[in-house]
Amino acid sequence: MNGMSKIVKTVANFVYGFIIIFGFYIIVHGHLTPGGGFQGGAVAASAFALVLISYGSVTSQKFLKKDIFSLFESLGLTLFILLAFSGLGITFFYNFLANSGNWFGNATVIGVNSGDMNTGGLIPLMNIAVGLEVLSALGVIVLIMAKGAEFTKKKENS
Amino acid sequence: MKKIIFAVAFLVFFSFLMVSAINMRTFGEPTVSEMDDYFIENAQKETGANNVVTSIVFDYRGFDTLGEATVLFTAVVGIVALFRGVKK
Amino acid sequence: MIDNLPYIAVALFIGLGIYTLMYKKNLIKIAIGVCLIENGVNLFLITLGYRKGAIAPIYTMAPSGQSMVLPTPQALTLTSIVIGIATTALILSVAMMIYKHYGTLDTDEVRRLRG
Repeated sequence: MNGMSKIVKTVANFVYGFIIIFGFYIIVHGHLTPGGGFQGGAVAASAFALVLISYGSVTSQKFLKKDIFSLFESLGLTLFILLAFSGLGITFFYNFLANSGNWFGNATVIGVNSGDMNTGGLIPLMNIAVGLEVLSALGVIVLIMAKGAEFTKKKENS
Repeated sequence: MKKIIFAVAFLVFFSFLMVSAINMRTFGEPTVSEMDDYFIENAQKETGANNVVTSIVFDYRGFDTLGEATVLFTAVVGIVALFRGVKK
Repeated sequence: MIDNLPYIAVALFIGLGIYTLMYKKNLIKIAIGVCLIENGVNLFLITLGYRKGAIAPIYTMAPSGQSMVLPTPQALTLTSIVIGIATTALILSVAMMIYKHYGTLDTDEVRRLRG
């Protein structure tokens, strides 16, 4: 598919970084505000769709490579399974970091409070793993379908 | 003949949906809510997160999230395998 | 009857989705019908867990002294939305490969040309 006009390319250059940073903000603050892994991953994957539409599918394959996305997706799912197995001393998926004072282990004030980011236990780490996986999975789907659309076009004058 | 059977079956099914939507119980009064009251009371003390929905998705019901991540991964594997023979 | 407006909207979604599945012949329209049924079921799950006059189940900066909405149907709907994404992506990819192989997207023609 062809790219769009020069105004669209300039705006996409400028806005692309802000969308990814906003997606990461939603992923990391998943235990305090509405959001989490799946929602933040979907927001950050829409930046790749923006670049793909405004530059055309031939040009945008020079800086959005499929192999890096595939590697990050496998890394995200493996990290999620490792975090699930790490609490196996008591049971599968046990939250052993909550209320313990180690890494994400402050105790929360019961009732209405303004959020403290150091709480939550294993939940922020699992949010990051799932967010990485959803971002890469949606990026791979969009890139492969754009490349396949050139392959399945009928020849016009043959 | 086939068109008449299709039309009658669709009209019966659609009227069943609309009648049961009108006669549902009143909107905004759940009948049983003991499990959710337990979650709202004790989620901050046991998991330490302010967001009750995230603590249900990742801590109290983590198995469903594991299954869903696997479904998303399997769908991507299927799509990559379908477009495998693309040459330039 | 005007109080049950979310349930009537769910019935309209599912009814329109089944009408599209039964009466249309283009493959892309059939994929849109499947997507409509899935979104109707997700809306039904969320509206089952509402309490009148309650706020969202989050403790950060919440106004004090109010009851909260049931949080369990929202957690189940998150999983269902992601499965909807996987289904729609796969059915559109299969439609693209059928167009490459047969040259048309009409289901009557595709069933007739075997070869």
